[in-house]
Amino acid sequence: MSHERLEHHEAEATDRAMFGFWLYLMTDLLMFAILFGVYAVLHGNAIGGEEGRHLFSLPLALTETLLLLTSSFTCGLGMIAARLGKKKQVLTWFGVTFVLGLAFLLLEIDEFVKLIDEGQTPQLNAFMSSFFTLLGTHGLHITIGLLWIAATLGYIMKRGLNHHMVRKLAMLSLFWHFLDIVWIFIFTIVYMGAFV
Amino acid sequence: MKELLIGKLTWESLPHQWWTIAGSLSFIFLGLIVAGILTYTKRWKWLWNEWLTSVDPKKIGIMYFIAGGGMLLRGGLDAVMLWLQQALSSGDSHGYLNAQHFQEIFTAHGNIMVFFVAMAFIFGLINYIVPLQIGARDLASPLMNTLGFWLFVGGIVMVNMFFFFGGEYAATGWLAVQPLAGAEFSPGAGVDYWVWSLMISGIGTTLGAINFIMTILKMRAPGMTLMKMPLFTWGSLYSMVMALTIFPLLSMTLFLVYFDRALGTHFFTTMGGGDPMLYTNLIWMWGHPEVYVLVIPAYGLFSEVVSTFSRKPIASYTSAVVGMFGVASLALSVWLHHFFTMGAGANVNAFFGVMTTFVAIPTAVLVFNWIATMYGGRIRFETPMLWFLGFGFVFALGGISGVMLAVPPVDFQLHNSLFLVAHFHSTVIGGVLFGIFCAISYWWPKFTGFRLNERLGRYAFWAWIIGFNLSFIPMYILGFMGASRRLDHYDAETGWQPLFILMFIGGLVIMLGVALQLAQIIASFIEKKRLRTNNDPWDGRSLEWAAASPPSFYNFTTIPHAATRDAYWAIKKSHNRKTQYEDIHMPKSTGVGIYISLFATLASFAFVWHIIWLIVVSILGIIVTFIVRAFDENTEYTIPAAKVKKMEEARAKKEKAGPAIENNDYDEDMGLWELIKVILGFILGLLRNRGWRRWRA
Repeated sequence: MSHERLEHHEAEATDRAMFGFWLYLMTDLLMFAILFGVYAVLHGNAIGGEEGRHLFSLPLALTETLLLLTSSFTCGLGMIAARLGKKKQVLTWFGVTFVLGLAFLLLEIDEFVKLIDEGQTPQLNAFMSSFFTLLGTHGLHITIGLLWIAATLGYIMKRGLNHHMVRKLAMLSLFWHFLDIVWIFIFTIVYMGAFV
Repeated sequence: MKELLIGKLTWESLPHQWWTIAGSLSFIFLGLIVAGILTYTKRWKWLWNEWLTSVDPKKIGIMYFIAGGGMLLRGGLDAVMLWLQQALSSGDSHGYLNAQHFQEIFTAHGNIMVFFVAMAFIFGLINYIVPLQIGARDLASPLMNTLGFWLFVGGIVMVNMFFFFGGEYAATGWLAVQPLAGAEFSPGAGVDYWVWSLMISGIGTTLGAINFIMTILKMRAPGMTLMKMPLFTWGSLYSMVMALTIFPLLSMTLFLVYFDRALGTHFFTTMGGGDPMLYTNLIWMWGHPEVYVLVIPAYGLFSEVVSTFSRKPIASYTSAVVGMFGVASLALSVWLHHFFTMGAGANVNAFFGVMTTFVAIPTAVLVFNWIATMYGGRIRFETPMLWFLGFGFVFALGGISGVMLAVPPVDFQLHNSLFLVAHFHSTVIGGVLFGIFCAISYWWPKFTGFRLNERLGRYAFWAWIIGFNLSFIPMYILGFMGASRRLDHYDAETGWQPLFILMFIGGLVIMLGVALQLAQIIASFIEKKRLRTNNDPWDGRSLEWAAASPPSFYNFTTIPHAATRDAYWAIKKSHNRKTQYEDIHMPKSTGVGIYISLFATLASFAFVWHIIWLIVVSILGIIVTFIVRAFDENTEYTIPAAKVKKMEEARAKKEKAGPAIENNDYDEDMGLWELIKVILGFILGLLRNRGWRRWRA
């Protein structure tokens, strides 16, 4: 097979993979849609517990939001570097993304622990069940994203920045931005919604 | 300590009722037979390399058929048990099943028939046929395909696992009515098995949907625009888009059910502010479109069969495409008709009633397409066409009763009655199952290189049609008389027993049909030399008939150019078929699908029994396997053009050396008596030559 046709074959494969990844993101978005719907139906049922306005802290949620938005920005910078083939910059920017994501995750876990200490457990009532499930699912996605960043960076250090890696990074950055968008909805509906 | 090691499992979980002992023993027995044959013929390696790790969509398709066929027998056995109980259990007699067991059986029957029979065959057909029809060599993501298949197998394992551990399946209806299916009212492992078997097979379906959408939209042969695609491909595309839209809903809903049961959350409970009706909405938002996921590919298939056997292009192709689109899109906004009696209010009920009635319009468009295609055509009444006509009759029954049920005031009378049960069996058996039978008799020559025994096929068809009407027409009548569904016992003075007995007899006739189908397949294998066909036995129109029968693993030597609709018909007419050999890229076989699915099944089992360490280990297993595979850059290989040429020439030589192809000698096809004689002769020969003497010595 000629070199040219092989390249064409690879380009087509990348194109398909990106399209498939978009489709996957749509399915994930639908899963979140269900959780948002469930939260919308059940968030008033705070039986035996506090309402959201007495539980949530807007400054904390804003900090989390800013961490995640900044991580999306650095993730974008890393992607630009990847397209230009600058390995060192890729490692730096995705490294910063990883740290910011981890900080977000720790803050979220801290919030969960505090709530549970106050007796506001997922088992308490339907409001808490839907709150923990919605945010927990998002947190789980962030965890998977962090694992993914770590694995990709590890392989890039070992093998260098080839086109397979750029494809992986492109998907990773889509995934990361997607989580950011979901978080914006969480921030708006769950946190700001509680204080309306 | 024990809790840590084996979670909630106890000695009581092992089989001890007659049905769990019988069930687990028969699975063990079957497994031993298969293992024995494989060891005797030294085929373990062959099985692993050629089938289990294969990423060839054709082989995966056939594995779907085998799994689906097995599950059809398993679910059919459930059906006969239900019919028999209802025929016996009137007045003083309470039949042979207790209420709990009866409920478990109808739950399992529903789950198995929808998830592991209908879905299996539809996915098998799409796997096998769609790449051929669009002129592709494989799927967009071969790995996702094998993973999806093995997750589906994991689902089968989980749905049958209760025979071995736990001894009870969910007794909550096929969609696990809440709050009945919550931890409070169903504390056993049955509902957890239900959750996890649907969970992993559902995730497999989502993966399959992504994969087929990618394949259909991105990998069509040059020249094949969307509006030149064969209608089965259109139907598959719509079906997969619907699956992509609804299966995430199912997965998430199942997670919530599991959280309620295992973690004590309050989504669908009656306490703590939970809302059972929320569950009913969520599950039917998935559940209603699900049946359309199954039936729309069948619509596409029937369009092709009618067109082929009438020797005419489909009448008004565009309206068929639009009609299927209409059905697919309307189907997403009718779910509330499953619970008009919930009391959502007159306006909501009216909206969903009207939307449901609207579904009849695009469906009728399709029916008129088929009629217009047959009009003036030279129709050949071979088995695929017979199944189509059977579908027309049975599906019309189901459609008309469906429109009746769509009217809320009527539904208040018929809700949860046997009328409803008869309605959806008419649509699912008539639409989906007959579609599957039609597809198998139509494409069998493509799968194997020989056609099916026509005579036994006709017998089987008539047994099915007669059996179906014998068992389901009385069911409609019983529904009108007030018999509710899921009855394990009824009073003698209702006077229903004769009709229930008639239903049971009808069920036996259906079983006869299934037996005849098995006989048909066996007879065809025995006679396969005489039934040999070329690549195009029906004078077909779409590209799958351009490939050899059975197709080589790379499908096409040269990717065909699809200049028109009915692309192969045009190619045949132009007599311009020259072969060019080129390098072919193919994906390598991989065991990753099996490994991940094995871990997923173990994880599901651990989730059912709350075995924490196993959950952790299996999920780590999934993650590690996934990462290793995701960064494997060496997943394809190239077959050089010279080698392709050699293989093609070898095949042509072999075909020439074989017996001459005779196509349409249906009168000579083996009948039932001849088949029995052949089988008896074979067994006698076996006994005389080897086994008998060895056994005596």
